Amino acid sequence: MAKIVSLPQAVSELVHDGDTVALEGFTHLIPFAAGHEIIRQGRRGLTLVRMTPDLIYDQLIGAGCAAKLVFSWGGNPGVGSLHRMRDALATGWPAPLEIEEHSHAGMANRYVAGASGLPFAVLRGYAGTDLPLHTSTISTVECPFTGERLAAVAALNPDVTVVHAQRADRAGNVQLWGITGVQKEAVLAARRSLVTVEEIVDELTPVPGAVVLPGWVLDAVAVAPRGAAPSYAHGYYDRDNAAYRRWDAISRDREAFTRWLTTLEEAA
Amino acid sequence: MTGTTDPVTESEPTTRWSADEMMSIAAARSLRDGQACFVGIGLPSTAANLARRLHAPHLVLIYESGTLDTRPDELPLSIGDGILAESALSVVSVPEIFNYWLQPGRIDIGFLSGAQIDRFANINTTVIGEYDEPAVRLPGSGGAPEIAASCREVIVVMRHRMRAFVEQVDFVTSVGHGSGPLDRQILGLRGAGPVRVITDLGVLEPDPDTSELVLTALHHGVTVEQVRAETGWPLEVSADLMITAAPSTTELETLRSMRTVGSGES
Repeated sequence: MAKIVSLPQAVSELVHDGDTVALEGFTHLIPFAAGHEIIRQGRRGLTLVRMTPDLIYDQLIGAGCAAKLVFSWGGNPGVGSLHRMRDALATGWPAPLEIEEHSHAGMANRYVAGASGLPFAVLRGYAGTDLPLHTSTISTVECPFTGERLAAVAALNPDVTVVHAQRADRAGNVQLWGITGVQKEAVLAARRSLVTVEEIVDELTPVPGAVVLPGWVLDAVAVAPRGAAPSYAHGYYDRDNAAYRRWDAISRDREAFTRWLTTLEEAA
Repeated sequence: MTGTTDPVTESEPTTRWSADEMMSIAAARSLRDGQACFVGIGLPSTAANLARRLHAPHLVLIYESGTLDTRPDELPLSIGDGILAESALSVVSVPEIFNYWLQPGRIDIGFLSGAQIDRFANINTTVIGEYDEPAVRLPGSGGAPEIAASCREVIVVMRHRMRAFVEQVDFVTSVGHGSGPLDRQILGLRGAGPVRVITDLGVLEPDPDTSELVLTALHHGVTVEQVRAETGWPLEVSADLMITAAPSTTELETLRSMRTVGSGES
């Protein structure tokens, strides 16, 4: 049953050093506020999981929170590279970073398997690519009915998944809409879950196409207004594309990044 | 070759155009109205949205963020911009877009770009150099491996540079034609793979017998020598080499009128 708590309390109770943590969001509803709180609380040795690591993972990696990254596309969309991620991979600054790399279809299916209580998922994928040579969670399986050889990927079951949503009710039922990505699967695959929301409302008015996560499958809900910025929350605020462009210069330079990090930590 | 050599009904524009503009226009012309198109961000997205504003108003655009039949007024900066969701016929989850829509072969065209492409149209968006100690770490796969595998056809759009058009890619992120004409069938890939590579210099297509990319069209004003100078393998030239028609005024004006969401800020 979801407890409605403050964000610092939720992160303190649910995210531990060494955990496998998925902060999901496909361009939309990226849980920046929760990621920043993880940085402020100084978590170390995390295995960070996400299909599309962008600025928040660049920040977590640059802050030294991560030991490993499990992903399928890492970049600053429409702008360029994640320079903190590249620096960590190339030089081990500020901490060495291991990677486990998939395709989007593979990662999505790994979450589906995790959410479904299955050890692996089957898909048509990876055939002929170089990814299986480097990623041990990609294999093949023979269909027992047709004999066809298909790709198999290991289930993903994060210790904790963190997502951001538009709103929750007082019982901790959560509603999100717009591009909902893989958040439902990521939450249901996780052992623990935290949802940050723009607001708590008395009643969740139905919205077409919305995903509703019942409070009884969640551990904590925390109010974090503008908690997805500079990404966006459909119906609440737009994506701050200028901030994504500005990040490039900060991320390129260790000193500029360190100054950014100091500002974040002092803003607690 | 359809589209790249369509006669232009209007007179040539008085203004000049850039090689990038010619590339986007040639790529847009290669899409047919009514096709369902799985679109990568960047050059493919620009070309697909241009086609939708010109000759293909019923082009079905699908982005991997789960936006199905989306009709943005402005170009998205990212694959999951709000404008894609607001203008979509339907927004589905990411597992659904890959499992229900892409995987069974419902999509006509996969529209991709890349950092490297080789003579058999295999695409690399993962690393330049060795995987464990790369010279350049690139963003990675995204949806491309399965787009390249499962769409009925694949069209690639990328700038023609020696460092990008290589004999053999450093890393096979997405399979084109493997190492020859039988590879896709052996690998169990059900789509036809890359049928056309549109660059800022011309158009390359796989030879029907060898699957090797050969030059089939030159853009207006470009020479074979220029293309060979930017290609990392001994590029064969088709006996039926075409010349791409110059951009029309309408094409150029439409392309130049499209702005990216949030541009002009910062």
